[in-house]
Amino acid sequence: MADGMMIRGIGIVAALAAATMITRFFPFLLFPPGKKIPEYVEYLGKTLPSAAMGLLVVYCLKDISLASDFHGLPELISIMAMVILHWRKGNSLLSIGVGTVLYMVLAQRVFV
Amino acid sequence: MDKVKKAALRYAFPKTAPVMVGYLFLGAAYGILMKVNGFGFGWALAMSVFVYAGSLQYVGVTLLASMASPLYGFLMGLMINARHLFYGISMLGRYRNLKRFRTYLIFALTDETFSVICNEKVPPRLDREWVYLWISLLDQFYWVAGSLMGSILGSFISFDTKGLDFALTALFVVIFTDQWKNQKNHRPALTGLIGSVVCVKLFGSGGFIIPAMGLILAALSLGYIGKKRKEARSVG
Repeated sequence: MADGMMIRGIGIVAALAAATMITRFFPFLLFPPGKKIPEYVEYLGKTLPSAAMGLLVVYCLKDISLASDFHGLPELISIMAMVILHWRKGNSLLSIGVGTVLYMVLAQRVFV
Repeated sequence: MDKVKKAALRYAFPKTAPVMVGYLFLGAAYGILMKVNGFGFGWALAMSVFVYAGSLQYVGVTLLASMASPLYGFLMGLMINARHLFYGISMLGRYRNLKRFRTYLIFALTDETFSVICNEKVPPRLDREWVYLWISLLDQFYWVAGSLMGSILGSFISFDTKGLDFALTALFVVIFTDQWKNQKNHRPALTGLIGSVVCVKLFGSGGFIIPAMGLILAALSLGYIGKKRKEARSVG
């Protein structure tokens, strides 16, 4: 790897680390011990995590084009299978493993 | 190791078992992705020790592979990890008065560690702070070990890795399903999904995150105002 790329790469790693630290420490800096947390902020603390997870699911699927050859069908099938499996068994690893392998098989062998 | 630490470890370890399997698996997938993109052992180690944020590290593979500007990486990092603000807010009650390991515990507050600790009722006979520390340390250890394993495996694999990054989607879908099962009120989850889809349609996949966050925050705030009004009416 060339020196320039190495420095650029380290810069990227440092930037990602800094951004992550800011998001993790900010609430604690904003509300130090002893300071009362407003009711509105507590409400957000309860409701935002599931809304954020919905956002992340969409983030992962954002580049699927419904106009493409397969209309996002491999993703849809894998997600449906995973949700049904996870609803019944509740085993995170099993669900993630089956979902990923199913998707890889679909993307590599079926929808090509 | 003294008794207090040992007792806390014995209690903490089984709690981290699902994360162990998940992190070894997702970490290995991450290490492989890094390796096949030309970023080996040292890079994977640095990312997993210092950044330690699963989804951002996956996005980081793309950033490194394209040698994107660090400023762009920083902004992406803020957006993707903005959900940690919400975890932090949810954890204020538990973490902000801790004395000994507060800084590391906040540093290590990933989605999975959050999901374990936020539901955790530590028995009073145990040292709560040590239990949190063990859970957090073990989780990061699994993640680092997984990514290093993947980074080594990445030099030997001969199978087609196309679709492997779906593991990340799978992780989020599974957490989303868990949250859905555990909640009576599905409005926040639906707000997140629908608000994001609307913003992808309106702003395109490249720039939807910030508008989506604004929309979600606005919708939840409206929900809060509605709830307050209802309470005021029932009292008055």
